Amino acid sequence: MIRHIPALALLAALAALPFALGQNPYLLNALITTGIVTIAAMSLNLLLGFTGQLSLGHIAFFGIGAYVSALTSLGFDVELVGGLRVVHEPWPPVVGFLLAVLATAACGYLVGRLSFRVRGAYFVIVTISFAEVVRLVALNWVELTQGPLALTGIPPFSLGLPGLGTTTLRTKLQNYYLVLVVGTLCYALIARLVASRFGRAMRGLKENESLALSVGINATRTLTVAAVISAAMAGAAGSLYAHYLRIIDPDVFLFSTTVTMVIMVVGGGKGTLLGPIVGGLIFGLLPVALRPVMVPEAQWMVFGLVLIAIQFVMPKGIVPGVARLVTRRRASAATAPRIPMEVRP
Amino acid sequence: MPEFLQHLLNTLILGGTYALLGIGLTLIFGIMNVVNFTHGALYTVGAYVMYLAVTALGLSFFAALPTAILGGLLLGAILDLVLLRPLRGADMDTTMLVMIGAGIVLQSGTLWLFGGVAKSIPTPFPDAPLQLGPVSVSWLRLFVLGAALVLIGLTYGLINRTRLGLAMRATFQDHDTASLMGVNVRLIYTATFALGSSLAAAAGALLGPVYVVFPQMGGMAELKAFAIVILGGLGNITGAAIGGFILALAEELGAGYISSGYRDAMGFLIIIAVLVFKPTGLFAKAERIG
Repeated sequence: MIRHIPALALLAALAALPFALGQNPYLLNALITTGIVTIAAMSLNLLLGFTGQLSLGHIAFFGIGAYVSALTSLGFDVELVGGLRVVHEPWPPVVGFLLAVLATAACGYLVGRLSFRVRGAYFVIVTISFAEVVRLVALNWVELTQGPLALTGIPPFSLGLPGLGTTTLRTKLQNYYLVLVVGTLCYALIARLVASRFGRAMRGLKENESLALSVGINATRTLTVAAVISAAMAGAAGSLYAHYLRIIDPDVFLFSTTVTMVIMVVGGGKGTLLGPIVGGLIFGLLPVALRPVMVPEAQWMVFGLVLIAIQFVMPKGIVPGVARLVTRRRASAATAPRIPMEVRP
Repeated sequence: MPEFLQHLLNTLILGGTYALLGIGLTLIFGIMNVVNFTHGALYTVGAYVMYLAVTALGLSFFAALPTAILGGLLLGAILDLVLLRPLRGADMDTTMLVMIGAGIVLQSGTLWLFGGVAKSIPTPFPDAPLQLGPVSVSWLRLFVLGAALVLIGLTYGLINRTRLGLAMRATFQDHDTASLMGVNVRLIYTATFALGSSLAAAAGALLGPVYVVFPQMGGMAELKAFAIVILGGLGNITGAAIGGFILALAEELGAGYISSGYRDAMGFLIIIAVLVFKPTGLFAKAERIG
């Protein structure tokens, strides 16, 4: 329980944050989009941080989740090759959310299987390619996706509880808490996963693959399951994004969003539970702080410089860096007076 | 049939520049084990130096091309000295992230300096295309093909016929042994990165006048370079040269007979197909370069 205290304190602070900010709509909007991208960053961390596989096409899962969810709730009418006509009547957004999770989980399965065949630089490039192909499909399959004209009028989520009626989440405050709830569920799932036998298998593969294999860890299965869960979470984030913004276009697949997620993960601390959240809050809200003082191009230059600087100054990220400072101080306070220098081995 | 011949001719012309892009990237990967995410930005820089040299400096088109190549060479050397040399020995993910950061800085910097409006580079070539029987080709594109082939030839000569090339090949095979034999490996790394960068800049300077110049032009070029390099096998120079032409052919045929919207998708489909069926590339034998 004690090791969850920092996370619970963060959760309480985030729950109180909208009121501390006086429900300022501009800041609330920044917090919601930051929260959504942070969920995606948490899912990326599962692959990048815990299994050591750098997926630079993670935005594909996010975008597929957004499109699947939007199309499910908007309905479509397309003619496939061979004259087969597919008509879909609109379904509720919550069903879209579930389908988005299932569809991205299936995509994650394919990428996970592939990751066993190709590693390192090859895996990075194949994930980028996957994301670009999906973007080009979203751009060119105009009949289904409206292409560059964007899907508009996506309905917001409505949540119904038996006996309590339904509520449609129209306000920013409601959406903020929706994102917070989904984010907390994802955090709890990842925390459980990492602490389990499966989590040890993941880290074993990352630290020393041949050793892990020799003690009977099934690498294909472990990596595939990690990719499926990671992709499904990114898909869930994409669905939240679609129903919050209520408009999506092929730009959701931009490589720069993947880069933002990567900065959040490696900046905050890859392979730690809190890292992507701390990184997500810092680098998600950094544009808000920089906007009054510089143009967007200069902001991106700052992001690039930060990414470089992290590798030189704090390669493990902020959370492990701070944690090490704290433990070192504690350790020196506890041991220094009692152990003289000479007796140290 | 004339349409098909035209596609083949276009393939040849596009393929030359693609090969340049691919060779630069594969050299850097093969020798330094760095996935160069600044390759697209260097391609963009090459095109902008070409544009500035012709419009602001008033240089002739033919003098601007070497200027752009030199610009890429210098920028590449600086990137290596400032960012990669201190990180020698770091794992591949670290250098990859640093290169992504540097690519963002360069691309956003270009956008900041020049704005997002596309620029066109004036050329001294006549507008009327050259008619060769059923097919036609512009003089500019012919020059682009010729220049690309000359540059590919020079790169091959450098790697196979000079002492620097010998040292590069030795470093590729085993950098510890090369170091013991008196090769200055640090210098070889800088030279390799500068050379690869100058080839990317050359590709940008050659394709810039054919299309238009804009700050995001490098993004797609970089992804295509990855496709070419995967196709030829990482670190394989001849593979990259052939891969450039194969990608150009796939794009031309895809755009001509399937849909022009999916032209750019061909490269990625090739990557995915190659990695699924033959992950080591089509010309796997990358024990040595040259």
